[in-house]
Order: sequence, then C-alpha cells, then structure tokens
Amino acid sequence: MEFIRRTGRTSMEFAASLGRSGVFLLRAVFGLALSLNGLKLLVAQMYRIGVLSLIIIVVSGLFIGMVLGLQGYSILVDYGSEQAVGQMVALTLVRELGPVVTALLFAGRAGSALTAEIGLMKATEQLSSMEMMGVDPLRRVIAPRFWAGFISMPLLAVIFSAVGIFGGMLVSVDWLGVFEGAYWSNMQSSVEFEGDVVNGIVKSVVFGLVCTWIAIYQGYDLVPTSQGISIATTKTVVYSSLSVLGLDFLLTAVMFGSI
Amino acid sequence: MGPSGIGKTTLLKLIGNQLKASSGRVLIGGQDLSKLNRKELFEARAKMGMLFQSGALFSDLSVFENIAFPLRAHTALPNDMIRDIVLMKLHAVGLRGARDLMPSELSGGMTRRVALARAIALDPKLIMYDEPFAGQDPIAMGVLVQLIRLLNDALGLTSILVSHDIAEAMSIADHCIIIADGRVIGAGSPAELKSHESPLVKQFVNGLPDGPVPFHFPAGEYRNDLLGDTP
Repeated sequence: MEFIRRTGRTSMEFAASLGRSGVFLLRAVFGLALSLNGLKLLVAQMYRIGVLSLIIIVVSGLFIGMVLGLQGYSILVDYGSEQAVGQMVALTLVRELGPVVTALLFAGRAGSALTAEIGLMKATEQLSSMEMMGVDPLRRVIAPRFWAGFISMPLLAVIFSAVGIFGGMLVSVDWLGVFEGAYWSNMQSSVEFEGDVVNGIVKSVVFGLVCTWIAIYQGYDLVPTSQGISIATTKTVVYSSLSVLGLDFLLTAVMFGSI
Repeated sequence: MGPSGIGKTTLLKLIGNQLKASSGRVLIGGQDLSKLNRKELFEARAKMGMLFQSGALFSDLSVFENIAFPLRAHTALPNDMIRDIVLMKLHAVGLRGARDLMPSELSGGMTRRVALARAIALDPKLIMYDEPFAGQDPIAMGVLVQLIRLLNDALGLTSILVSHDIAEAMSIADHCIIIADGRVIGAGSPAELKSHESPLVKQFVNGLPDGPVPFHFPAGEYRNDLLGDTP
C-alpha cells in the first residue's frame, strides 16, 4: 500500500514539475523585452555565459583535436591511409564531439553558475523584492539568461569544432608528417555542409535549449537554503549531461542512422 | 506582532499577492489584487513598497543603481532627474555619501536603510516592513525606529510593520494587532494592549517564557521519556 502511495506521489510530483517547467520555459522564451534595455541585458548575459566560456571551449577543443589527430594517425597508418586523418578528425568533431562536449562543458561551466546565481537571488529575496517593485523577474532576470545560453551554445560548438580541426592538423601534419594538402582536400571532399555541418549545428541548438532550460529552471524552482542550492546545482549538471547524451543518440539515429 | 513562525511574513506576502489566499480577500484601496492579471498586478505593486528582512538589495548593482532601479523600471524620467531623486532618497536615510558602495560593503543597518530608500523611491502609498529591527545593533535600531515614523508622517504613508520587538514596535505604532494560532488575539493602541486582560496577550507583551504559549515543544511525559528503552 505504502509503495503504491509513494509511486503515485512521485509520479504526480514529476508531472507537476514537468508542467511548471514547461510554462516557465514558455514565459522565458517570450519574456525578452524587445527594446534597447532588453538588448543590453541580453548582451551582458551573452558576455558572461558565452564569451567567458571561450577559454575552456578553445583549450578543450584544441586538445581533443590533437588527441583525435594522434589516435587517427596511429590507426590509419597501419592501413597506409593516414591522408584520411583530416576527414576523420573533421567528421568526428562536426557530427559528434563538437556539439556534445561543448554541451557537457557548458553545463559544468555556465549551467551550474546560472543555477547558483538565480538560486542565491531567490534565497536572498532579490527575486521577491523585484516582484514587489512591480518588475517581473522572468523578464528581467530569467529571459535574458535563457536567450544568452540558447544563442551562445551553437556558436561555442562551432568554435570548438574549428579549433579542434586545427589541433588535429597541428599533430598530424606539423608533427607526424601527413601531407597538408591531403589533410584539407580529403576533409573538403567528404564533409558535407548540409549532411554534417548543419546537422551538428542543429544538435547544438537542441542542447543549448535543454541545458539552459534545465539550469534556469533548477535555479528558479529550488528550495532557498544552502543545501537546496547545492542540490540544484548538482541536479543541473547531472540532468543536463544525461539529457545531452540521451538526446545525442536520438538525434544521431534520426540524422545519420537509416531509420 | 506575534510569535515567530505564526505567519506574519506570509500575511505580508498575501497583501502583496505574492501568495494566493486559499480563502478570503485582500483589498487595497478597494482593489482586489488577486483579481488582476499579471500586468495590472505589477502596476499595482509599483504603488507599494516593501522592506524585506534581509534588505534584498541587488548584489550586482551599486547603492545608487539599486535605488534607481524601480525608477528606471516604472518611469521614463531623464537620467539627471533620476539622479536627483536617488540623492534625495539617500539623503533622507542619511547615506548620500554611500552612493557608490556595493551592497557587500555595507553594514547590516546601512543595508536596511538603503533598502528603505529603495522602497520609497516611487513614493508609494503603502509600505510594508518585514522584521526591520531583527539583528540590528542598538544604534542602528534607534535610527530605523525614528526613520520609519518620520517617513510615515512626512510622506503621509500607510505603514504596516511586522515585528516581534515589542518595545520598538509599540513605541512608534498607532495601532497594534497581535496574532497567534492563525487568529487575532488582541488589537488596539499600544496603551490598550499593555493593560489587556487576555493571558496570551499578557505573555507576549511582557515576554514571559511560559504561559498559554508553552516553553516546551509538544513531547511525551518527561519521566517516561528518560526511563524508556526506545530511542
């Protein structure tokens, strides 16, 4: 009996939370004020969420590209086809690693910060006082952050892939001696703009939506205590990572699988 | 006034319609805020000020910008006029010199004075204070007590003050209401409450540890508890 009751309560809480977060997302999406002031808020948040994430994205992209170049070379050289290393690095990055790793890093770097910031604003009654001043925190605080994350993610993913391709070239061409012309021309002939690049960007747009949504909702909905903030930031990173990996499989199946 | 945890802050939130009442109505100037849509509600709230227990200053804005915030949000005044208003409000709470400080650089008493200046920035008709004296040193407390009364009289405000600092609250109030157990147990002028008959009101006004509000949280028999085997 107790088991049934608990299952019922958990599923009802889950459904209620899903509904709340859905309404919350809609209000955040349409909440951005289309004015000079709204634009200023958006740019300020894009600087904090996007520009300040650049270092971790560029450095990770460089190293992942270098590792791909090294691994790709050592496998391909056995078959005498090390010229294809450029194609391999580019396809791996553009299709999979670019969007996915960027989203994971974004959840850890920017998502957790968003949750903690909004949560602390709630805990210190800043959101309440804004409401009492007749300013809607959804418009002033939440919407600019949502749009900033949503716009930043695809840009960061593109930068990640581009830096990674140069990292791969650094290792395979400059260090291991693959012919530079082969590196680029193999890439050029095999990477399709629509099939690969656009699909990769679509992935990162989806991840941007999901990661930012989770981060701001966890911050807005948390229990305003120090323990609540710690639980919510953890949830942000865990939920974002899991949804990114799960969604990536689904999207890959739809885009590249023959179903 | 009332003991901790009795719902005083909840009452203020009901007045500002941050919480929806499950029954009953709150009328402000004849207007039921719960009947308004989101936009109208935010417009109505611009006519109220609220001083939160923690001050609730925006930690990413300076003192000046904190007070300018409601002005920028609700009026289309030019910048030099906003500056004048902000400086006037800061002068009223004695902190004109602190305009460039960040909230993290302020003491507890100063934080609350800045929050007070922000609450009166739009010249509200109603201002609500949530525990304005909690955790203040004697000097800051004295300053706040005087300021609240002074602003009330000078600006012609309606002030609702929630507190359990009986002496301070009674020294400036015109009308006191004591709530406990979710209902009003005593109301009247401070003098009337001091000579009130009800034991509950007496216990509260005189700050006695035990009485109708028990000192002990409900528990089983003390002796049985100590001799019992169960943890």
